[in-house]
Amino acid sequence: MHDVKKVDVMEGILDENDHIAGHVKEHMEDHGILVVNEMGSPGAGKTTSLKNIIRHLKSAKPYVIEGDIESDLDTRDLRGLGIKTFQINTFGNCHLDAPMIHNMTGNMEFDEKGILFIENIGNLVCPAEFSIGEHLKMLVSTVTEGSDKPYKYPLAFEKADLILINKVDLIPYLDFDEEFFMKGVRALNKNVPVFKVSGKTGEGFAEVAAWLESRASELTDRGHHEGHVHKHSHE
Amino acid sequence: MHEYPITEHIVKMSEKRCREAGGRKVVTINLVLGENSGFVPESIHMYFDLIAEGTLCEGAEITIKRIGTKLKCPSCGELFTRKPLSFACPKCGTDGEPTDTGKEFYIESIEVE
Repeated sequence: MHDVKKVDVMEGILDENDHIAGHVKEHMEDHGILVVNEMGSPGAGKTTSLKNIIRHLKSAKPYVIEGDIESDLDTRDLRGLGIKTFQINTFGNCHLDAPMIHNMTGNMEFDEKGILFIENIGNLVCPAEFSIGEHLKMLVSTVTEGSDKPYKYPLAFEKADLILINKVDLIPYLDFDEEFFMKGVRALNKNVPVFKVSGKTGEGFAEVAAWLESRASELTDRGHHEGHVHKHSHE
Repeated sequence: MHEYPITEHIVKMSEKRCREAGGRKVVTINLVLGENSGFVPESIHMYFDLIAEGTLCEGAEITIKRIGTKLKCPSCGELFTRKPLSFACPKCGTDGEPTDTGKEFYIESIEVE
């Protein structure tokens, strides 16, 4: 019989992931890149939203990492539009994690400052739990999914830094209860900006793009300023 | 399903701590898991035996302490568990705000021999 010894650990299971996510974020900031983690259910219109947002970007250069369980259909689609796009296939894994993004961004070239959009796996549960080095979590919800989604998937709505309500052109044909939806959103996330958009008509995306560009320029202004201070501290 | 890579990580973390403590094998892993962490205890149990095979954690027992999700009422300060499809405070009816209670996910301790 051997002695049993108790060892206190008190270490978060996701600490290592979060640590790596911190490195990714730092690396991207060095290149003047704002990182956006795009989340939403399968079929919410994540790729379509990206295409619409990117169309309206004025000064920020777009970069995209497409996360899919299988296939590179979306990547080929985006590349066809001349957007610098990279593919991660998880082969069964239901979310992207920080080590995957760390490996990918380590091999990418960022020749201009801009915005890196990372389209997460279509899923309203798992992606919300893993930081991947993003500055912002952008949640794409839709009127077709129904107005109860904030109540059923609270974590995704709580963690979002901006929320798109997509497919609003279909509202006349549905029983989407916007008041109930927004009551849930506000309970979980008091100040999050919410944009009503339609991938079909393109409405609303110019505003989303402008909002993101303004976040991106705040980041590079700050980076520039910090870089300046850093440089002087060595003189 | 995302419990698989997470359980692998739990096994690795436990092995590391066991070695550091000079242990030969892990007997028990005591996890704390909030209900709002998004991880399912049954799935961790299911994957654990499979993943632990051939490691210092083989044959170890996992205990999982569950912590319920609490919201906090911004009006009256009540901490409460929400009802389905509602965030309303049971005392005053105001919608509660999220708290960190229920998001826990960590290894509290391990027992080694």
